[in-house]
Order: sequence, then structure tokens, then C-alpha cells
Amino acid sequence: MSGPSTYTPKSGIEKWIDARLPLPRLMHDTMQTFPTPRNLNIWYTFGGILTFCLAVQIVTGVVLAMHYVANAGLAFDSVEAIMRDVNYGWLIRYVHANGASMFFIAVYIHMFRGLYYGSYKAPRELIWIIGVLIYLLMMAAAFFGYVLVWGQMSFWGATVITNLFSAIPVVGTHIATWLWGDFAVGDATLNRFFSLHYLVPFIIAAVVGLHIWALHVPGNNNPLGIDVKTPQDTVPFHPYYTVKDAFYLVLFVIVFAVFVFYAPNFFGNPDNYQQANPLVTPPDIVPEWYLLPFYAMLRSIPNKLAGVIVMGGAIVTLVFIPWLDTSRVRSCRFRPTMKWLFWFFAISCVILGYCGSQPVDKAFAGIPLVWIARLTTLYYFGFFWVLMPIIGLIETPKKLPASIAQSVLGDSAATPAE
Amino acid sequence: MHFKTLSLGIAIGLLASTASFAAVDTKRLPPKEEKFSFEGPFGTYDRGSLQRGYQVYKEVCAACHSAGHLAFHNLTEKGGPEFTEAQAKALATAAKVPAEPNDKGETTDDKGVPLLRSATLADHLPSPFPNEAAARANNSGALPPDLSMIVKAREGGPQYVYSILTGFHGKTPTGFKVTEGKYFNPYFEGWNISMPPPLAANSVTYSDGTKATVEQEAHDVVTFLSWASEPKMEERKQLGFGVLIFLVALAGILFAAYRRVWKDAH
Repeated sequence: MSGPSTYTPKSGIEKWIDARLPLPRLMHDTMQTFPTPRNLNIWYTFGGILTFCLAVQIVTGVVLAMHYVANAGLAFDSVEAIMRDVNYGWLIRYVHANGASMFFIAVYIHMFRGLYYGSYKAPRELIWIIGVLIYLLMMAAAFFGYVLVWGQMSFWGATVITNLFSAIPVVGTHIATWLWGDFAVGDATLNRFFSLHYLVPFIIAAVVGLHIWALHVPGNNNPLGIDVKTPQDTVPFHPYYTVKDAFYLVLFVIVFAVFVFYAPNFFGNPDNYQQANPLVTPPDIVPEWYLLPFYAMLRSIPNKLAGVIVMGGAIVTLVFIPWLDTSRVRSCRFRPTMKWLFWFFAISCVILGYCGSQPVDKAFAGIPLVWIARLTTLYYFGFFWVLMPIIGLIETPKKLPASIAQSVLGDSAATPAE
Repeated sequence: MHFKTLSLGIAIGLLASTASFAAVDTKRLPPKEEKFSFEGPFGTYDRGSLQRGYQVYKEVCAACHSAGHLAFHNLTEKGGPEFTEAQAKALATAAKVPAEPNDKGETTDDKGVPLLRSATLADHLPSPFPNEAAARANNSGALPPDLSMIVKAREGGPQYVYSILTGFHGKTPTGFKVTEGKYFNPYFEGWNISMPPPLAANSVTYSDGTKATVEQEAHDVVTFLSWASEPKMEERKQLGFGVLIFLVALAGILFAAYRRVWKDAH
């Protein structure tokens, strides 16, 4: 996608194609010879895993759409018909439903990996920002998809989330009505969510293309966070990373399969096996697990508009990280203070998720959860807006290794590998 | 509606409903620890229990509850009660479902009584009431839920449903007064349940000689309802086992390839 090409067409056909549409050249340069740092660890396999997740969701989703009926009166029963009457419908639906959770597990690991190794820092700012956009689109797709089941949580989750827009002063209720296509969540809402649920994944696929394109300009960051200097710092993508990614992908798929075949409703909520009923509100409305930290932030703010701003701000903040981090060193491996603050951040995200999953009035060890959520929300923002800029300036990083090759191969770095 | 207002409303609602029995916490008890054959990665449904459970459903539950996602042909399918086709046909024929319009376009007879016909294997299990209003009218305002997915739709699953069915007749705690027209069941949230105790000893007569105690009937019908919720469970676990063996083998091969490719690279 960038840099000098090493592709030499061998046959006449390849030359003919290369002169007209150099697609084989693109594939060759990006997936075969692409120089990749030789020290990428397990956490760098999640990019490939995420591409796999997207493909699985699209393929299973297209098949599900052949049998699904987007109609408030029929949707719930059509999902059950898929589970009972469609050949392997239960398998396709359980793969799709658990696939969403696996997708988010992978994306969170991918994002935390980027944070830890400073992959958002120059010259990779746009890769990171495009990634935040993908994350946003994923949340939208997941939300729309969850509504399609038209169970109790689908309906009430949709009601709570779309009502957030009504917090906007003056035009809020009009926006909510416009989103619903009605005066409440109903058949019109379900139909447009189905349309959007089918659209968004293809937008994601396109933006993933940009993400990978942007990645191939500077190339991968690596756990040391230092630049590639000599050819000895890298190995060709194939076979080194194709085989490594494939191995870890299969391990991931094993975990995926355990959920699909042995605990298919682990991530689900029993209430969603009851058909949507606008007249009966479930005692606790809980979003899917991957949205819980944001839900906890929203609930911990007493003012509705402020809550919505904080929740939105938590995601928008991610866009500014490349400039909030003032450190000259990328990787937390060499940042003794930041390393700890990073892990506190990761833990606080988990705590926020826990707070979001519990009833509002619950307490932990005598402390109301709402206060724990407030403290962790404060840390979330403080981590990015205060600690990141300050620590980057005052922290003394550890000494960086001279090169990737030296760090991996030791003294033999002088002699070229293979 | 805003979640805050919502939760506040619910909180107030809960307070109001518990205010009259301020002394008693009517949070539901944890379900009983009943064991079922279909639990665990290799668990399958007990065929005898499924068939007896269908009998309990048909002779007791179906008086008020529908199970609309089940069709008679499901009863013959692999992984289910596995009645023979002849048995399932006999069960279907004995059941009456609303008839399609006759040659004159009528759906009722001269007296206005809806026309019925015998069910076929393709028909779904008939509903005891024609609509929700009729169901409520016959159950002092309460709606008996459809049972096709009851086990999946309740926190606690089979143990929860089993506990509800066997949780009646306990001594009412002092300070707790059962609401008029309701029944005491501590496994149900709020302890007041609209369903009268459905099972009694010998509610059904099992043809296989199994003693029809309340616990046995409950165990059997919960097995049946668990299958109704998850009719492909046996197929799912079986396929999963093969898939996992394949994946582990593939991982092994890939690991060997990975080690070999990287042998000299680090």
C-alpha cells in the first residue's frame, strides 16, 4: 500500500493484470513481503482476529437476514423459528450472538494493547483515530442488532438509549421522535434499525480498509515502541506472521466455540427470551456487557444531560490521546510510572463495568456503587486529561534498547538471521 | 423515559409494595439445588423423564399455559421425547385446534361455537385460551406465561422453575400476609404468586410405573420444558465436541508450523 514494491510479475497473465489493476501487487506487498517488526507478541495477533470476527458476523448475519422478519409482531417468533426450524439455524444464531461478544473482547484487548505500547503516538495518530471510529461503529452495530431480537431487553434497552437524545436542550425530544419514526420505540424503529444493522458492518469493513492502509504506511509499532532501523529488525509478514496469527486465531476460536456450543447464553440476559412488551418494564434494564462501563458513567451523574455529555466525552476523549500523551517514549515497558497508571486505568474500566451491571441502589462494602462509579469515572477522565500530559513530562523513562534486532537476538544481531 | 426516573419509579414501586409487610424481606429465595441429567458438557435429556414431563404438561400445565413454539412433530424429533410417529399422531389427533374456514366460509357453527378440528403433526400445540384477554379473564387477571421458553427466560433456569413448582405449602413466615387471591411461594419474587399450587401427588398416572410424587412430577415437567426451550441442545453439544477436537488438532499443527518457521528468527 505504500513504500517501494518488491513485486515482480512472473507469468504473462500476471504482467497483463499488473499493468491494468495491480491488485496482486497490493496483496503481495501488504500480506507477503511486508516488513514486520520481529518482536511482536501475542497481543499483536488481535488485529487479524478482529478481521476474522467481522467476517464471521457478516457471513452469519447475511444468512440470518434471510430468515429474520423485521416486524414488531413477528420478529421475536422469527428468531425462535431460526432456532428451531431452520437447518443449523441455532448454530448460526448462537455464532452471531456470541460473535458480537467475542468481537468486543478482541477489540478491547486490541485497544488496551495500543494504549500500553503507545501505538497511537506519532506517526500512527490516524490509525488510532480511525480505530476509535471503528469502535464507535461497532457499538452502533451491536446496539441495532440487539434490538432486532425484540425481546424485553431489546425493547427497553432501545427505549433507554434512544431517550438519551431527548436530553439535548430544545430539540432533544424532536430528535428522539425522528429516530423512532414514531412517538415511542415501535415497528418503525425496528425496521430502520434492521436496515442500519445491515448497513453498518459494510461501513466498518470499509473503514477497516483505511485502518490497515494507514497501518501500512509507518508499519507496525512493537512492544519496545522503538522505530524499525535496519532490515534485521523485521521479518516478512509471510510466513512469520501468517503462521503466528493463524495459531493464535485458532486458540481464540476454541474459546469462541466453547461459548457457542456449551454456554451459548452466557453473555445473554434471560429477559430477552421474553417478547418485547411496552406495558411491562423489567426491574433492571441492563445493556450488553461491552457497554456497561459507559452505562455506569451515565447512571452515576445525577443530571441527565450531564450524564450524556460525560458518557459521550468518555469516547470522544479517545480521539485526543495522541496529543494528550506528551511522553517521548512510546511503550509502557520503559515508563515506570505510566505502567502502573495504565493498569489502574484498566482495573477502573472493569470496576465501572461491574457498577453498570448492578442495580443502582446497591453498595459494595458499605460504599454505594454510585460513588464507586463516580470515583472511577473521575479516574477515567483524569488518566487521559491530567495524568497523561503531566506524567509524560516529568517521568524518567528507562533506557531504550539500541534496536529491535539487538533486543531479540542479543549479540548475534550483527549476523543476519537466516 | 429516563433511566433515573425509571429506576426511581421502580424503587418507589417496590417500596410501596413491600411497605405493608415492612418486617419481611420478600426477596425470592435462591432456587433449590435440583440436579438434572441434561446439565454439564455431556448431559443429555432423560428420554423417560421427557415423555413423563410431556404428560404432566398436557394434563396439568396446559389447562392454563400455552407452549406455542412447539409443534407435534417436534415430539418425534431426535434429542427430544422421541415419541414414535404413531404416538405423536395419536397425541395430535386427540388435541383440538381451531378449524380453518369451511366451504361456506364459516369458522363457527350455528350456535356461534368456534369450529375445531383434530391437530396434525404440523400443528403447534394448541393454546388453552383464544387470546390474552380470555386468559386473564379466566385467571383472575393474571396472564399464565407461554412455557415454550420459560426455562431460558428465567434467571436460575431449570432450578428456578423446579423451585416454583415445589415451593408451595411452606409455612407462611410471621409478619407476611398472603395477598387475597394469591398464593405463598418464597421462590417467587415478592412471595405472592397468582398460580395456585399446580402439582399434587398423583396429579398424573405414569404408565411406566414411576411414582407420581410432587417432586417427581416437577422434575419431569422441568426436563420437558428445558427441552422445549433448547430443543437442539443434544445436537449442539455433540457437534461442539467434534468441532473442539478438530480445532485442538488444528492448533497443534499450527503450533508445530509456528515453532518451525520461527526457529531461527528469535
